Amino acid sequence: MKPAPFVRHVPRTLDEALGLLSQLAGQEGRILAGGQSLVPIMAFRLAKPAHLIDINEVAGLDRLESDGKALSIGARVRHGAFHKLAVDNPLGALLTFVARHIAHYPIRMRGTFCGSLAHADPASEWCLTAATLDATMVAKSSRGTREIAARDFFEGIMSTALAEDELLAEVRLPLLAPDAKFGFNEFSRRAGDFAMASSLVTYRIVGGKMTDTRVGVGGAEAAPRRITEAEATLNGQTPNDAAFREAARVASDALDPLEDHQTNAEYRRDLVRAVVRRALENSLP
Amino acid sequence: MGQPTKMTASKQKFVGRSVARLEDRPLLLGQGRFAADISFPGQWHMRVVRSPVAHGKLLGIDASAALALPGVHAVWTYKDVAHIPPIPFRLTGLVELEPYRQFILANDTVRYVGEPVAVIFATDQYIAEDAAEMVELNIETLPPILDASGDTGPFDAERATEPSIIRKSFGDVDSAFKAAHDVVSLELSVGRHSGVPMETRGAIARYDEARDILEMHGAAKVPWWNRDHIAQMIGRTRTNMHLLEGHVGGGFGIRGEIYPEDVLVCAAALVFKKPIKWIEDRREHLISANHSRQQQHRIRAAIDADGHILAIDDEFFHDNGAYMRTHAATVPDLAAAMLPGPYRVPAYRAVGHIRLTNKTPCGTYRAPGRYESTFIRERLMDAIAAKVGVDGVEIRRRNLIAKAEMPYDLHLDTLGTHIVYDSGDYALLLDKTLALAGWPELQASLKKRRAAGELLGAGVAMFVEKSGLGPSDTVRVDIMSDGKVEVVTGVASIGQGVETAMAQIAADALGVDYASINVVHGQTDRIDTGAGAFASRVTVMCGEATRLASVKLRDKALKLAAELMQTDAASLDIVNGEIVRTGRIGSSMTLAELAQAWPGELTATDTFLSSHMVYPYGVHVCAVKVDADTGAVAIERYAIGYDVGKAVNPRLVESQIAGGFAQGLGGALLEEFVYDENGEPLSVTFADYLMPTSREVPPVSILVTEDAPSPLNPMGLKGAGEGGTNPVGAAIASAIDDALQQPGAITDLPISPQRLKALCQKN
Repeated sequence: MKPAPFVRHVPRTLDEALGLLSQLAGQEGRILAGGQSLVPIMAFRLAKPAHLIDINEVAGLDRLESDGKALSIGARVRHGAFHKLAVDNPLGALLTFVARHIAHYPIRMRGTFCGSLAHADPASEWCLTAATLDATMVAKSSRGTREIAARDFFEGIMSTALAEDELLAEVRLPLLAPDAKFGFNEFSRRAGDFAMASSLVTYRIVGGKMTDTRVGVGGAEAAPRRITEAEATLNGQTPNDAAFREAARVASDALDPLEDHQTNAEYRRDLVRAVVRRALENSLP
Repeated sequence: MGQPTKMTASKQKFVGRSVARLEDRPLLLGQGRFAADISFPGQWHMRVVRSPVAHGKLLGIDASAALALPGVHAVWTYKDVAHIPPIPFRLTGLVELEPYRQFILANDTVRYVGEPVAVIFATDQYIAEDAAEMVELNIETLPPILDASGDTGPFDAERATEPSIIRKSFGDVDSAFKAAHDVVSLELSVGRHSGVPMETRGAIARYDEARDILEMHGAAKVPWWNRDHIAQMIGRTRTNMHLLEGHVGGGFGIRGEIYPEDVLVCAAALVFKKPIKWIEDRREHLISANHSRQQQHRIRAAIDADGHILAIDDEFFHDNGAYMRTHAATVPDLAAAMLPGPYRVPAYRAVGHIRLTNKTPCGTYRAPGRYESTFIRERLMDAIAAKVGVDGVEIRRRNLIAKAEMPYDLHLDTLGTHIVYDSGDYALLLDKTLALAGWPELQASLKKRRAAGELLGAGVAMFVEKSGLGPSDTVRVDIMSDGKVEVVTGVASIGQGVETAMAQIAADALGVDYASINVVHGQTDRIDTGAGAFASRVTVMCGEATRLASVKLRDKALKLAAELMQTDAASLDIVNGEIVRTGRIGSSMTLAELAQAWPGELTATDTFLSSHMVYPYGVHVCAVKVDADTGAVAIERYAIGYDVGKAVNPRLVESQIAGGFAQGLGGALLEEFVYDENGEPLSVTFADYLMPTSREVPPVSILVTEDAPSPLNPMGLKGAGEGGTNPVGAAIASAIDDALQQPGAITDLPISPQRLKALCQKN
């Protein structure tokens, strides 16, 4: 459980970090932020990066602020930063609620929001959040800056649209409407484990009817995504048990479920049905 | 000599009280001395190169690249250790199993993923791991055997898949089945899991040429036996080799047996004249330390119209993995011997097939054989109840062995002893535990909530444990020149509170404060023999030996004091470490003064011999809620009643039970070593091998009773190590059946949510 040899670089500025990344990406160079996924993988020698570009000293990447439209989350912002409200908007409460489900306390104090997205584990709570809320990813390299929509960002299991010389420098989450409601639920065999299925929902109620509904599902497919079929069944409905059950059924039917030795396709669909319905139930005051 | 004492505090007693543990101070201060904490100047680190395939011909090993790496001192393969015999059997070593013992490095065949094939010796762990990756193994892959219950045949060129069969029986089984009113048959299985201590294994060997002593640190459980046999394997003697135990981060039966790595560090320390340090990593642990538990049973019971058992007939398949390790046939033997449990079984037959598969070899794990056979027997009792149409409590009551039948000869042998339940009032403990669980109120509340649509159920499991395995324990007690007492034992501490319990017993016998006693364990250089810590034996065997030696020492001390105090020994007593005159009038003297007056004299050694085990027993009551949407199980209530004859320290007994329960729960709901169809282990990290954490372990109500002291030792002691674990799978399965209202639904452990969700679909 000792990693293979590597060189650790500690840039102090973003330009310096991007320069190192462009120089070393082709020589098995990787970004190190919180290290909560990368370091264990290195200990198992499943990953043997020759260079680690440690961004923990890079100035400015710890930005966590709202411009009134979106919450910007810099590459050094840790999960634990969301233990308290990051913004005075329902989004802040949503992030606090979701953050409590990420692994265990020590991991939340080291792991980063952007690192979780760049790692793109299908079960990641933050990947689900970014997909459901249509986050914008800000990718930087020495070639420049580009913005990537969440739906274009997650390409598969631990696979994203980031080029090898790009750093996910920031993620922007749009603020929710002031009257927005949200609900989240996940299932795992033990508290803190990777979710076997998870769901995040947001919506508003206008004239007693659900509107602007988003239903995201994670942990069930190669990447988390919004299930528009389920959203469509809910928009225009009063929030009620029958509508929630129907949406959950539709969401579960719309999936191409991942299978593994403890989860066959049928059971994965069962779990999705449960977490979507429970996320909707949790959303009620 | 002290001043005349007018009043002395009344004599304090420690046995039976929940006094604080003496072990905790260094542990709480972070001053523990675990295997990885031990280092010696100039040490080399050992890294094991392990087979990446489950079954194959090992055609060649090319270590030239590894040897060329700076910092690598040596690489060993089989030819370097070919003179070292295979690891011997410690228990239940049937002769026919001997060809199946494991050599410390694989020769020409690899038989499981994780089997040691080479070792690297290097300057540090990093270089050792770098080098291990450079060793090229030329292996011709062979198809693996992974099912232990199929047809028998060749395991490989020289070996068969079924090296032996365990047979145990009494009474006329066939006639009983012919005459039976009804027959109940079940097919059941228990999954492969094991004790997974938080501290992985470790061994540090050092050869001291000046004294010609080889020592190995990191020992646990059975240091004396291991000392004798490692010495024999590497051509030394028991007098010039020592095993030394530090703190141990969990034993559970699996840690402290002789494994290939222990022998390798010792052999290498002798050859290279360098300290050799090996610390196991977690992945290694999960594929190379003993697995356990995997069995499939086909059981049937002959019953009369009221559900009384007339006979039990069990055939089972024990998946032992690729080799027979130190425990040889112990686990299947215990499974067969302990299966009848607390019930009157007039005729019994067990046939246990010991099978080899291309998986990690197996050994004992807390409640070995009994976790398995209790699950089987208690599932059978529930099935009989369903057949007869009575509840699970009633069917057990009808079949329990009565107090008046004690001692009860089971007509079976195990571990070289004849099984005679020494004492017990099983029905009384059932009543007490049901009361503890609030059984009638629980049933009423379950009924009410079920009506509201919840899937709720409750179940009961009963069992008899075994403990106090002999044949002997020897203890030496010394009063030192400063008046402190040292108790030198031949047992080991794996965290269970040995120091405290032995100190309590010695304190009462001697008349001193328990906190003034230093208990030595796990050091082969301090006492010549020792049986170690396994089979819930320590408090019974070492406890009585400690009492005997302490009483002897007290008599000796009073005799020597009498001479100095010019009186006779009968008119003296030891109270709180002071020798006083009966009636507490006149001069007294301290033990320090006495020890200084008689240098080297205040020592006593005694031995406790026992040819029979003692049998504690217990009842677990469980209530669960099943989540029909996800198949998850929530344990809403769990109550344990356990009779240990006499509890030296009730809190330590309760702690043993609580910790053991968590492990039983793991095996019931979470923990399983899973293999794919190629024999590749899939449970190699804590993300895949699911240990219960504090969030998964519910609060447990524990009742420790002393209604049936053992007649086989003066204090009435029975062991407490395994009663928390033994019936957990059985109790949870019973409760889940009840929640689903599907008698017999649970047939396999662990109970996965996917399986349970499928069962919920049937409702």
